[in-house]
Amino acid sequence: MELLGLSLAMVGLFVGFGLLIGVLFGFFGMGGSFLVTPALLVMGYPTRVAVGSGLAFVFGTSVIATLKHRDLGQVDYKLGLLMIVGTTAGIEVGKETVVHLESLGLAGSIISVTYVFLLGGIGAFVTYEAVKGDGGDGGIDHDAAEEPADADDIPEIAKKIQSYNVPPMIDLRGGVTVSLWMILGVAFATGLLSGFLGVGGGFIRMPALFYLIGVPVPIAVGTDLFEIVFSGGLGSFLYALDGGVDLSIVVPLLAGSAFGARIGSAATSIVDEEEIKVYFGLMLLGGSLAVAVREIGNVYEIPILNRVSLALILGSALLVSGAVVYSSITALREESRTASPTVE
Amino acid sequence: MIEAGSLSASIDGATLIGAVLLEAIILYGVYGVVEDVLGQRVVNRLRTT
Repeated sequence: MELLGLSLAMVGLFVGFGLLIGVLFGFFGMGGSFLVTPALLVMGYPTRVAVGSGLAFVFGTSVIATLKHRDLGQVDYKLGLLMIVGTTAGIEVGKETVVHLESLGLAGSIISVTYVFLLGGIGAFVTYEAVKGDGGDGGIDHDAAEEPADADDIPEIAKKIQSYNVPPMIDLRGGVTVSLWMILGVAFATGLLSGFLGVGGGFIRMPALFYLIGVPVPIAVGTDLFEIVFSGGLGSFLYALDGGVDLSIVVPLLAGSAFGARIGSAATSIVDEEEIKVYFGLMLLGGSLAVAVREIGNVYEIPILNRVSLALILGSALLVSGAVVYSSITALREESRTASPTVE
Repeated sequence: MIEAGSLSASIDGATLIGAVLLEAIILYGVYGVVEDVLGQRVVNRLRTT
């Protein structure tokens, strides 16, 4: 029996894979094309279809995850729109830089090395910051989105950036006030890296929103997803023009990820903020290792390393999404245990 | 002047992305109903098991 031109087993595989990615996407606001495109390439889909369908899937999942984060009060639309402006300009400059490097014959190696070090560097930094933190107080109060953030929770770099009083000053959710030019500067820098590396940029933007601008992590995730709706929508439309979007891939993936994104988004309100950062960091470190292995395979023409790379990406995604679900269940039980004595 | 071919490709592309957007919104609504009906029961079960 076939569905959408695929065997039932294949549809089941895509739905399951979508569920896994949905949990990560809803929880971190990243991970879509990072996981889907390499998997589709290894499955034998042409590059154009793998990238285009991956982008269309990211677009659909980001719509669902953004709607869910909006329900939880975790999307700052003003910040999101400003980020879109700065990011778009940065992407254009990043793409031009790639064209220039290509003319010098240096693009491939420089981009690969930058990607590995950036993923690994952000991963190590986020993990270190989370591990040395005080552990937080467990869970995130969504009603507190409009209240001023605790000064101890704002990273030092963000405090420095917020201290530059260059008008106009913009009030953001979480009680953050920062110069418009600082927001545009951060957005431009993340867009530059995104355009240079040819990636969606969630793994750069989400930590940048928290560490550089100082918005609370859940709002950083929700606002990042809001921006991905636009970048993913435009990117998938451009690929769809050339027939690069295959609905038989996107439909089952989205059916799974829609459910996973609900679990992931809901988990951000249950799991401790420091734990979110640890998982995010570990996921990036796993991704960095996977990209390094793939590049070594490409340079030395060892095809098996491509599969090892995919196994590393999928393995770290499975481990991290499993840890998110496990932490949520543990937090719920802990909450239940601490609440019971006061009831009796 | 817009060529007929590129206009047709744009309409096809927009239809495809519109279909993805529609699926996303429908899934959001359907899973939302499922969450409303079963969500609290699942959370309670997870808390007690």
